[in-house]
Amino acid sequence: MAIEGADIVKAAAFLGAGISMGLGAIGPGVGEGMVAAKACEAIGKNPKEAGLLTRTMLVGQAVSESTGIYSLVIALLLLFVV
Amino acid sequence: MMDLDIQAWVKVAAFTGGGIAMGLGAVGAAIGEGYTASQANLAVSRNPKISGDIFKNMLVGQAVAESASIFALVVAILLLFLDKGNPNLLKAAALFGAGVSMGFGAIGSGVGSGFPGGQACLGISRQPAVSNKLTTNMLIGSAVCQTPAIFSMVVALMLLFMDFSNAPLHPTWAALVGAGLSTGLAAIGSGYGGGMAAGASCEGVARQPEVVGNITTIMLVGQAVAQTPSIFGLLVSFILMFKTFPESMQLQSAMALLSAGLCTGLGGIGPGVGNGMAAEGAVRWVARNVTHAADLMRTMLVGQAVSQSTAIYAMVVSLVLIFVL
Repeated sequence: MAIEGADIVKAAAFLGAGISMGLGAIGPGVGEGMVAAKACEAIGKNPKEAGLLTRTMLVGQAVSESTGIYSLVIALLLLFVV
Repeated sequence: MMDLDIQAWVKVAAFTGGGIAMGLGAVGAAIGEGYTASQANLAVSRNPKISGDIFKNMLVGQAVAESASIFALVVAILLLFLDKGNPNLLKAAALFGAGVSMGFGAIGSGVGSGFPGGQACLGISRQPAVSNKLTTNMLIGSAVCQTPAIFSMVVALMLLFMDFSNAPLHPTWAALVGAGLSTGLAAIGSGYGGGMAAGASCEGVARQPEVVGNITTIMLVGQAVAQTPSIFGLLVSFILMFKTFPESMQLQSAMALLSAGLCTGLGGIGPGVGNGMAAEGAVRWVARNVTHAADLMRTMLVGQAVSQSTAIYAMVVSLVLIFVL
């Protein structure tokens, strides 16, 4: 297998993109699930506030999502820009 | 001389793969069964008079959790003793991929299946009259937990038995290892998450046996959504196994395919666990407040959909790596 400088750099960028998005997806997935579990608990305890609780859940999850989006941005930069 | 080298490499891959399959494959089931046994001990200490029922339920629950590592044992034995046929280097990659897929894939299902077993034992000590309902609910929940391990076994068996000898070695070797990584890693989260939902449902049935129908329904919906990341993993594995890739001696085309498998695999772990957590919360509170089961189901599904998003990003990056680059 012929390995040249440009080739190995591209190969590392592709591998890095996969690792970035793959590992970066773990945290938001777990964190957002935790939020949803607690939102269900809160709705079970106080169903009258279901609307408010769902809204709070979504805002919290959106913030937790941000690190996943950073991973996606870095992965796309590694694939298409660098 | 060259023939001998290839034969040796195929054996190296098969034996390493077999070791990985059984070594990692033993982790999950052992932890899960240990959890079941620990909760069974707690249950017997609370209600020693029905220790026979608890003991029986513990063994049934552990038997289901064991199946994940039995799949791993079967794949490991096949890797050790199967006739390697016409040896070539792609066969070596496929055998190694099969071991990786089954080894990682058995972890989540093994741990997850332990939760319903343990909670059902505790439930029997609390409500001996509904032990049949509890055992049934436990069996449904832990059977669904096994699905990701079964996906991994399917991918492992396909890698073992399919004939890849006509494909070009570069970059197909990376596609086959990637196929194993994708389903194997993604199964960890889904198996564990499905177990969390099933454990909460057994606890809930013991608390409110009269609403067992509602509890089992929301458990199954929650588990089904928690299964999605491992289905993404399976999808990427199938693409990597069945697509024909043009021959390329460049390292980057191989790394793109390996990275595609790694990305969907790792990316599925978090959303699988997260979806299971959301389902656990919803199932637990349906058992406590069944009049608001519809609200809880809706919030659970919205929360799970958001938690799913990063698995979808990971799959998109994988598909870009496979089809665009």
